[in-house]
Amino acid sequence: MFDDRSPIYRQIADRIKADVLSGVLKADEQVMSTNQYAAYYRINPATAAKAFQQLVDERVLYKKRGIGMFVSTQARDMLRAQGRESFFGEVVDPMVAEARAIGIPLADVIRRIEQHQQGDM
Amino acid sequence: MRVDVQGLTVRYGDVTAVDDMSFSLSGNKIYGLLGRNGSGKTSLMSALAGYRKPSGTVQLDGRPVFENAAAMRQVCLVRHTADAADKGDKVSHVLEYGAAWRDTWDNPYAQELVELFKIPLKSKVGELSLGQRSALGVVIGLASRSPLTMLDESHLGMDTPTRYAFYDALLTDFMAHPRTIIISTHLIEELASLLEEVVIIDGGRLVLQEEADVLRSRGTEVTGNSADVDEFTAGLTVLSSKSLGRSKSAMVYGGLDDGQLVRARQLGLELGPIALQDLFVHLTEPVGGKR
Repeated sequence: MFDDRSPIYRQIADRIKADVLSGVLKADEQVMSTNQYAAYYRINPATAAKAFQQLVDERVLYKKRGIGMFVSTQARDMLRAQGRESFFGEVVDPMVAEARAIGIPLADVIRRIEQHQQGDM
Repeated sequence: MRVDVQGLTVRYGDVTAVDDMSFSLSGNKIYGLLGRNGSGKTSLMSALAGYRKPSGTVQLDGRPVFENAAAMRQVCLVRHTADAADKGDKVSHVLEYGAAWRDTWDNPYAQELVELFKIPLKSKVGELSLGQRSALGVVIGLASRSPLTMLDESHLGMDTPTRYAFYDALLTDFMAHPRTIIISTHLIEELASLLEEVVIIDGGRLVLQEEADVLRSRGTEVTGNSADVDEFTAGLTVLSSKSLGRSKSAMVYGGLDDGQLVRARQLGLELGPIALQDLFVHLTEPVGGKR
């Protein structure tokens, strides 16, 4: 389920963020408990707790004492804003580099994007 | 249960199995004890269980374990062959014996696990398959609920579905009843995600003790043009490297700072993570050679 090569807590945190971004997890919705996560993914509960703590620190989740963890109201907007900041550097630039490496003119790439914009794709 | 080991040495005649080892486990975590064959894992666990008079000290919750009857009732060491049990004993007798020796034994849970692993209660231990004997060891280890539980190669002979049932039972029961669990295994890849902390030993000595996730973040595989990889890794701890034509890949141990990350990008190097199992292989003496 998880690759054993990078810290597992970071992989879990990333997965929860992806669920918030895609709307699978909604604002003020309760997320599974540390133990449920641990049992489901067969990971140490301390690892799951670490992921949750990171998400609390980043204000993606908030804690209700004695009840559990919930998705922050502003979590999705915040993650979208962060995604927008890194989008060009992490998605567009590598794509341009790849297009150049295999000899696709950027004009073709732009045309493709325009087709998307016009709803032809 | 807290474990403190100070200057522990275990010798068999001329052979030093554990060599002046010191470490502490704060307790109530799942620990992985990783080491190659003959690295001293079993000797270390025997000393932790108070089976032998230590040279050095072994303390459980601040009290010496050796010749301490009260402490020993709090400890369960399971060896893969269930060697404590007479092979002529019935499984049901072995379980009664386990119950008699542990303050914390949970009999209904033991029965539940026996059913889970489909161990025939009326069979004699000697009639069980290796996998079933290992499973019986796991039943004793988990149902003992001992504050210090040690499972030495408990997966031996288990098929894959049985091992996963074991991992699930271990995790579920640990969450319900947190305690100090030490597991030694060669199947690091399978067990790695269950471990909170890792203790690696080699040649009877402690190599490192670290949180599993921290250890994972310490290793980086650097791949690229040979000359660039050499330039980048100069002065870093390189665990191993291999070349293919003009490209080279090096396993680096130790975190990289922002400056190094920028430099890697400038050189067009690819940085990737390393699996715990690979780190283990390269942190311990390789087969047939020196590091």
